[in-house]
Amino acid sequence: MTETKSFVEIRHAQKSYGTLEVLKDISLNVERGQIVAIIGPSGSGKSTLLRAINDLDPLTGGEVWLDGVQVNKNLPHNQYEKHINQMRQDIGMVFQHFNLFPHLSVRDNVTMAPKLLKKISDKEANKLAEEQLDHVGMLERIDYYPAQLSGGQKQRVAIARALAMKPKLMLFDEATSALDPELVEEVNLVMKKLAQEHMTMIIVTHEMDFAASVCDRVLFMDKGVVVEEGPPEQVFKNPTQERTRNFLRKHLEGAK
Amino acid sequence: MGLDFSVIPPFYGTLLLGVLWTIAITAASALLSFFGGILLAVIALYAPAIIRLPVRFIAWLFMGTPLLLQLFLIYFGLVQIGIDLPAFVAGVIGLGFHFAVYNSELIQTAMLAVDKGQMEAARTLGLSRRQALVKVVVPQAVRDVLPPIGNNMIALLKDSALVSVIGVSELTLSAQRAIGQTYRAFEFYAAAAVLYYIINLGMEAVIRWFENRNRLYR
Ligand SMILES: Nc1ncnc2c1ncn2[C@@H]1O[C@H](COP(=O)(O)OP(=O)(O)OP(=O)(O)O)[C@@H](O)[C@H]1O
Ligand SMILES: [Mg+2]
Repeated sequence: MTETKSFVEIRHAQKSYGTLEVLKDISLNVERGQIVAIIGPSGSGKSTLLRAINDLDPLTGGEVWLDGVQVNKNLPHNQYEKHINQMRQDIGMVFQHFNLFPHLSVRDNVTMAPKLLKKISDKEANKLAEEQLDHVGMLERIDYYPAQLSGGQKQRVAIARALAMKPKLMLFDEATSALDPELVEEVNLVMKKLAQEHMTMIIVTHEMDFAASVCDRVLFMDKGVVVEEGPPEQVFKNPTQERTRNFLRKHLEGAK
Repeated sequence: MGLDFSVIPPFYGTLLLGVLWTIAITAASALLSFFGGILLAVIALYAPAIIRLPVRFIAWLFMGTPLLLQLFLIYFGLVQIGIDLPAFVAGVIGLGFHFAVYNSELIQTAMLAVDKGQMEAARTLGLSRRQALVKVVVPQAVRDVLPPIGNNMIALLKDSALVSVIGVSELTLSAQRAIGQTYRAFEFYAAAAVLYYIINLGMEAVIRWFENRNRLYR
């Protein structure tokens, strides 16, 4: 029963805050190289689900598996800390508010974790920073500090920081929601590039067009359950559920 | 008997030595209070109760009792239980811990004010909580409270005069020794005051340099 088949498996995820149940028996499989978008109204549990995958918000029930290893293994505290720190190295995460380290240069933001956790030399670290920053088009800003960057630039550096750990899976929690509209595209382009490179990604987003253009699959969540799931053409064009139709209609109106 | 500042030059050497000792004890105590303050703040916020509570009790003792009494206790009192510290060391411990407690209050508040997303971002990359504290939370918190810590360090310099009572030949004691030989209290206390003021200016310059170096990141 514990054997996994998919690259990422979420099995019967359940999460409660006291009596408030925010995730109700959610299961989700993601194959290697697949890109899944999670959409849904505010408070539906999208972030909670995403943050359960790297155990930032631990589940109260259910399992998360990545590449044949259970992320939220039941282990004694000390062993679990070691295990989860190891697992998190394989799971990159990008936040709505970037969360760059303001006291570190762009270079050090990217190299801090690899230097500390993978014990790479300064020379290797510099090469890594240059590679990753070049990848997101931020190489010229390598010696800047976060405060000197625009929101879009910050988010691209945050993506480079996550990629520098060479993760197997990338999680994006509304990576462009905090950005001015004119800065959204530069971040979307980076994410599209990752898609072309077959990075496995789970993306929480409010941008339906973007989701439709890069994702293999779309999950519509509401009130802690997956209401509808399928390829973007189906979920966006021919939703089978009333709640999905309502959400998409409201969203369209909101966008106008 | 009027004022006669010509009594001072023969004691230049004594006073200079006093200045050096004052700088030495201030610098050593400042370092102890800085790193001790960080350690106390981390303990107060993150250590299990079995460590946190006794440490908090000791911190409360350091904060709630006169520094002078603490110095007496460390220098004269500890001897009775077999801990015979040199006066300089006793002075550094007393001053250092006393101000470490004040610094830790500042650093604790600043650590709590560091955005929660910082810890999350660090943990997400695979850092342990300790690594995240050392690399991400503490440096930001300390940076945020450098100005008030600087004020504490100025207060520390002034309070360093108290260690004269346990026999450290710093500036105040040096002045007193000169007065003992010349009976010229005003001249030598005034000279000491001027010298303290000059050290103070130097110290402010160091603090400002430190703050500027850290301002880049904002
Ligand atoms: N720490 C917490 N304590 C109590 N309730 C919480 C906590 N975190 C989240 N919740 C609740 O869990 C529910 C799901 O929150 P979540 O952040 O996952 O929603 P979301 O779908 O990401 O919404 P949004 O689109 O606004 O980001 C909400 O009702 C929220 O109030
Ligand atoms: Mg959310």
